[in-house]
Parts: sequence; C-alpha cells; structure tokens
Amino acid sequence: MSTTPEHLKWPKEAGCTAVPYSVFNSEEVYELEQEKIYNGDTWHFLAATAEIPDKGSFKSTYIGDTPVVVTRGHDDEVYAWVNRCAHRGAEVCRERHGKSEDGVFACVYHQWAYDAKGDLRGVPFQRGLAGKGGMPKDFDKKQHSLRKVRVVVFQDTVFGTFGDNTPDIEEYMGEDVAYHFKRLMHKPIEILGTTRQYIAGNWKFYSENTKDPYHASLLHLFHATFGLYRSSQKGASIVNNDYHSVLWASSGTESADALDDMKKDKLRTLQTGEYELKDPSLLKGQQEFDDGITLVILSLFPSLVLQQIQNTLAFRQILPKGKDEFELVWTYFGYKDDTEELRNIRLKQFNLIGPAGLISMEDGESTELCQNAIVRDGKYTNVIQMDGKEATGNDHLVTEGLIRGLWKGYQKIMQL
Amino acid sequence: MAASNITLELKSEVEDLLNAYAQCIDDDKLENWPDFFTDSCLYRIIPRENHEVGLPTAVMWCDSRGMLEDRVTALRHANVYQVQWYRHLLSNPVITSEDGNTFNVQSNYAVFKTCNDGESTVYNVGRYVDVIVRDNGVLKFKERSAIFDTHKITTLMVIPI
Repeated sequence: MSTTPEHLKWPKEAGCTAVPYSVFNSEEVYELEQEKIYNGDTWHFLAATAEIPDKGSFKSTYIGDTPVVVTRGHDDEVYAWVNRCAHRGAEVCRERHGKSEDGVFACVYHQWAYDAKGDLRGVPFQRGLAGKGGMPKDFDKKQHSLRKVRVVVFQDTVFGTFGDNTPDIEEYMGEDVAYHFKRLMHKPIEILGTTRQYIAGNWKFYSENTKDPYHASLLHLFHATFGLYRSSQKGASIVNNDYHSVLWASSGTESADALDDMKKDKLRTLQTGEYELKDPSLLKGQQEFDDGITLVILSLFPSLVLQQIQNTLAFRQILPKGKDEFELVWTYFGYKDDTEELRNIRLKQFNLIGPAGLISMEDGESTELCQNAIVRDGKYTNVIQMDGKEATGNDHLVTEGLIRGLWKGYQKIMQL
Repeated sequence: MAASNITLELKSEVEDLLNAYAQCIDDDKLENWPDFFTDSCLYRIIPRENHEVGLPTAVMWCDSRGMLEDRVTALRHANVYQVQWYRHLLSNPVITSEDGNTFNVQSNYAVFKTCNDGESTVYNVGRYVDVIVRDNGVLKFKERSAIFDTHKITTLMVIPI
C-alpha cells in the first residue's frame, strides 16, 4: 500500500472533533480511500441471501467503485468476484441480477467462460483452428481466474472483502452492532424491492448523516412533528470499533422536561398539533419487537446501513462514484412469515423512507448542501462537539459522538 | 373489448384528463392534484425494475385521497428541498380496454426537472398505467401507476409524477 502524502495529513490539533473539508473534495483522498478502505480490511454488504436464492443465481453490485458479482454455485455455496474478464478486461456479467441455469458466466468479447466460483473453464480456440493459432502450450487456465472476493454469510447476509487480514465478521462489527444486526435479521427475510438514489455529494457526508441523531429531529420535520422520533425520546447511541455505530429509539417515550426545552428553543420542527394527517393509516404500525424499539440505524463502516424505522426494514448500500458523487441503493425487506396485514403496513410505510421518503428525502439534500459549500475551503474544518469531544456513545440521542468515532476510525485506516 | 365504444370523443376526453393532470403539476397547483382521483384510489410511483419482477416496493404509494393530500401538505410544510419545477411531456396515449364506465389507459411520459441553477435535466421517464372511471360525469383516476425507467433518482423525489 502506498504511504499517505504529507500534504494530506490530518491537522494535529483537529483530533476527531474537526474534519478538514479537503477530505470531502479531493481526488487524491478518493483514490486513497478506494485503496486503503474499500480494497482494504473492511467488510462490504453484497447481497441478502434471499436475493440469490437458487443455484446459479447472481447479483451485480460494487465494493466501492469496483464492480463485483455475487453468485450461488451449484454446490449451494456463495462466491463473489470482480466483474472483469481475466483476458482483456471486459465486463463478464452484464445483467443486474438473474440466474445462470448452466452455472456458466461467459464474457461476450471472446467467450472466455467462468464458473460461479470465478474459475476459468473454457477458452475458445485454445488449441487453435485447423492447426493455426491457439494459446501457448504452457497456458494454464488455473492461473487466469477472475479476481476473487472473499465472502462470508452472516445472518442471511453476504459480505465481501478484498483484505487478507479482515477480522471475523462479528469481531469486525463489535458486540452491540452484531447484536442489533442479529436482532433485525433474526428470521428469514423476503425481499420487497429496490430503489436507487444518486446524490451529488461525497459519500462521507452521508456516513456522518447516518451517525447523527442531532439532525434527525431538526432537519426531518415530518418525523418530528408526528412524534415518530425526537431527540428527547428514550434511546441510545453506541460506538463499536470506532467507525461502526447503532442509534436506537423507542417512540412514545418522550419526557415532558425535554419537550419543554424544545419549546423554549422555538424549533421550527416543533409544530405539535398544527399538522394532522388526513389519512393516519400511514403511521398505524405494529409493535413487532418485544423490546419496544421502533428505530434502529445501524451503520457498518464504510458502506452499509441497516435500518428499522417503524415497520420499515431496509439495507442502504453506499457506493462512491467519485469524490463528489455516490449512489445509495435501498433494498427493502420484510420477513417471510409476515401476515398480509403486516406486509401491507410495510409497503405503505415505505412512503417514509427511500428517495421520496417523507422522513428521509432530506438526507440527499443535506449531503449536497455541504458539498456545494465546501469546494474552495479545503483547509477549513467543521465542528463536531455536541455532547463533548470523545468518540463515544451515550444513553441519549443529543450527541455527535458517533461521528467523532467515524473520524477516529477513518484517520487510523487512512493513516492520515 | 367492444372497440366501437372507444369513440373519438372518449379519446379526446381521456387525453384532456391526462393533459390537465400534467398541467396541474407543472403549474405547481398541487392542492388541486388530489381532485384528479376518486376518493378511494391507488397512486403509485414504482421503479420498472421492481414492477417487472413482481416486487411491490414503490417510492410513493397512496391508497386514499387523504394520503395524496398529506403528500401535498408534507411538501409544502415539512420536507426540505431545492426549489424545482417539473415539465411533463406526454405521448402515445392508448385506451387498452373499456368496460362501460371504466377505461384502462396507458401513456408515456418524460419529466424534465429545472432547479435554480437553470439547468434542465431529464429527471424521470416512464409510462402511466391508469384505470380511469366516470365519477358523477367526470373522468377521474381510480388507479394511476407511474412505472419509471429512470431508476437512478437524482437527489430526491418530492413532487408527484
């Protein structure tokens, strides 16, 4: 791995409470991130196993900006490989998802054929045609597999890594993140659909957003006004291994003191009573977990968010597309044993999340607001001091401790 | 299908409805938008990639006139987004079947979006699949699905299609 150039080093005094804006708007930083983070010792969401249910099923996705295909082989094992033909570099798989009945993945350019594991099985004209041409005698197909991605299946979810030293997935997550991951993935899921959002901002602005309970009650007015979530609700913010985090909250647990404080601040988000739904069926959910938790935002660095908001469940996959663009892929799910009623509640509540989500659409907007404003101010820093200066969680949601954790972990992995 | 019932007058009436709907949104008269639907209705904006494989997830899903009104209230008073305008271009309206006072209609659309920077982009392209009924003499949408090809939604979607 390359060493980090001096001019990209983090300002010493900044610690994890101030981030130089240059990290959000630099081609050099972006290239380093792809090398050290995305091609390094990190785990990346590739698919739910429900997305590749049959032998021969496949799904095209990315790790960072590297195209990757995840497959289920005829041995029922899950594999992944970089979608780049070992011959001359063409894309092998050109479909988003599907099923290869014969288990063969052939590049269209010269029809080099691979199996689900990514091993090269066939090279047309290997021995030439009528004695002419052909590959050299010492050509060994075993030496020309696709670039393989190490995978692990954890709680019906496929993760991939390029790193040789990436820790075991549960150890990578940390205790609380693993607990909440298992909680949401505690029984077989049913995929309900996908949406894709393309945002003109640096991917880390979005990472910050998913670790930021401070903004939730202030930017997302819809959320706050109906008491779905306010910073005054019972909840907690948890940091695991610096850059992973969990935010959880229970609706309907607001303290009167906290509400009074919010009224004193005259927050524009506090319009209690002014605004009523004509059709409240949108918010008529079911309490489906015994612990009463109605909101979980689990952020697994660098590229996955797993969420429960009311009865909506979704993976959000962060795919950087350059220093100032990323794609956010939402994969929505329910459980296989959902009643028809619960399934319909989920479908209706998807109005709350996703690119047109009544309580989530602003996250794309806020990311762009930041990106637009910082272009010429790389040497300036932001301020991340809500609830102190430590990179730790707390037993409440009025904190930026999780964002400090993100930057603490980021500096380590980037060697800044 | 009794093809003879699809008269020029009916076609013209359906096209008037499709055009007036688009005009209402493009003119930012969104408070009037729910009037194009029957009280009990279904309005969906759904990615083609879901629709084609039978997955139900939509980006907007309203199954009552009240939910349509709530969308408008939210975008006026709750949601935060850049100033933006839509321009719908409609084409190829076809009445695929009719049954007395119920008409199945398909048409294509392209929505251009323009923000404050003055750039117009092709924001969302797809087709409408509609069930139109005669409600007290007036044609209204009982069901309207905007099935979109442009599955890469730039930034966010707040205004209905």
